[in-house]
Amino acid sequence: MIKKATWIRTVVLVGAVGALEVVCRTGAIPATMVIAPSAMVTALVETLKSDEIGAHVKQTLSAVAVAMTLSIIGGFLVGFVLHWIPFLRRAFNPFLAAYYAIPHFAFYPLLIVIFGLGPAPLIVLATLFAMVAMIVATMAGLDRVPRVLLKTARIHRLSLVQEIWRIRLPAAAPHLLSGVKLAVAYSFIGVIAGEFILSTSGIGHEIAYAYDNFDNRRMYALILFVLGIVTAFNMAVYAYERRLARRRGTA
Amino acid sequence: MTVSLRALRDPILVTISLVVLWQVLHQIAGDSAVTAPAPTLAHLWEMVGQARFLPHLRETGLAFLQALAIACGGGVLLGIVLGGHRLTGEVAEPILVGLYSIPKITLYPVILLLFGLGMSAKVAFGALHGIIPVVLFTMNAVRNVNRTYLRTGRAMRLSPAQTAWHILVPATLPEIFSGLRIGFSLTLLGTMLGELFASQRGLGFLLMTAIDLNDVKTILAIAVLISTFAILANAALLAIDKRLHRGAASESEKT
Repeated sequence: MIKKATWIRTVVLVGAVGALEVVCRTGAIPATMVIAPSAMVTALVETLKSDEIGAHVKQTLSAVAVAMTLSIIGGFLVGFVLHWIPFLRRAFNPFLAAYYAIPHFAFYPLLIVIFGLGPAPLIVLATLFAMVAMIVATMAGLDRVPRVLLKTARIHRLSLVQEIWRIRLPAAAPHLLSGVKLAVAYSFIGVIAGEFILSTSGIGHEIAYAYDNFDNRRMYALILFVLGIVTAFNMAVYAYERRLARRRGTA
Repeated sequence: MTVSLRALRDPILVTISLVVLWQVLHQIAGDSAVTAPAPTLAHLWEMVGQARFLPHLRETGLAFLQALAIACGGGVLLGIVLGGHRLTGEVAEPILVGLYSIPKITLYPVILLLFGLGMSAKVAFGALHGIIPVVLFTMNAVRNVNRTYLRTGRAMRLSPAQTAWHILVPATLPEIFSGLRIGFSLTLLGTMLGELFASQRGLGFLLMTAIDLNDVKTILAIAVLISTFAILANAALLAIDKRLHRGAASESEKT
C-alpha cells in the first residue's frame, strides 16, 4: 500500500523534470544556462563510457569512504568522551554549535603543508567537517537514554561495560544513525567542495573545470552523477533507519 | 554576576588553549605553514584599518544579510504553509531533506549560469543553504502546535493570515528560532563558499587570492575574523534560543 503523499510527490517530481524538459527543448531557457534533462542523461552515459572519468570517480569515492569511516568512528568516540566529562563538554559546546559557520576551506593550504599534496589533506578536511555532526548526534543520543532503562540496568547489576553495550548504545541508536546520515552527507560535501575549489583532480574539480570551459553537457552530466550517488546513498541509510524504527515499533 | 563569570570561564579557557595550540602548531610547522598568533592578529588589525579592505567586507556583509533575509523570511513563510497543510508537508518533506543532504556546491555552477557572476549568485547560494533548515524546523513546529489554540482561533473566526500571525508564530517561536540559528550558520557558510569560487569581490575572494599567493598570514587573519564573527553571533543566538525555550517550558508547566 503506497501512501497518497508518495504518489503526489512522484507526480510532482516527474512533472518538474518534464516541465524543465519542455522549457529547455522549446528554447525558453537557452542551452547555455540549463540543458534538457534527457540531454543530461545522454551526456552522463557518454561521459561514463569514456575511460578518463573512472580515475576521478574512484579517487573521489575512496576519499569520501575514508573520511566517512574516520569521522563516524572518531566522532562517536569524541562524543562519548565529552558526554562523560561535563567540564569539557560545557567548554566545547559554543564551539561545537558554531563549528559549521567556520569556513574550513581557509585552512586547506595549511593542511597541504602539513600532509603534503594528494588526497590526504582533502580527507582530513572532510573528516573534520563531518566529525562534529557525529559528535553532536552521539551526545544527543546518550543524553536521551531513558532513566528507567538505566535503573533496570542497575537492578540487573550490569557492569559498566555491559550497561554501555547492552543499554546505552542500543537506546541511543536512532540518534547515532542520524549522526551517521549527516556524517555521510558532510563527507561528500567536504570532499567535493574541497576538490571544487582547491584540487587538480576528482569529480568536484572536473565539474569546476567543465564550468570554466563552458562545457555544459559534461558539467551537467557530472552534477547529475554526484547528486545520483549521494541521493542513492542517503536513501539506503534512510531505508535502514525506517526498518530499525519499525522493529522498535516507533513508526 | 558570579553566575555570568562562571558561564564565561570555560569558553575563555578553551579560547586560551586554542591559542596555545595555534602557537605550538606554529612552532612545529614553521612560518611557511602557520604564522604565530600575535603577528597574525596584528596583520588582521592592520588589514581591517586599510581602506581597500572595507569594500570587500561590505560586499560580503551585504550578500550575507540579503541571503539571510531571504532564508529566514522565505523559510518561515514556507514552513508555516507546509506545516499548516498536512498533505503538502508530507509531499514536500522528503524532497527538502534530500536537498538538504546533497553537496550543494555542485549546484553552484548552475546558479552562476542562472544568476550570472556577482552579488545575486552569492545571495542565491547563501539563501539556498540557509532556507531548508528554517523550513524544516518551522514546519515541524507548526505541526505540533497545540490543537486547542487552533480551535480557539477558529472560534474567533480568524483569517488564515491572522491565525498564522497571532497563533502559529507566537506558539512556535522557540522552534522557529532554533531553525533560524542553524539557518544563520549555513547561510554564512553558503555565502563564503559562493565567494571562494568565481568571485571578484568579498572576503572569500581575498581568501582565494591569499591562497593562490600562499600568503599564510592573510589566510589565517581572514579565517580568524570570520570564525570569531560566526562563534560570537552563534553564542548570542544560542543564549536567546535557550531563554526562549525556558520561557516556553515554564509556560507549559503553568497551563
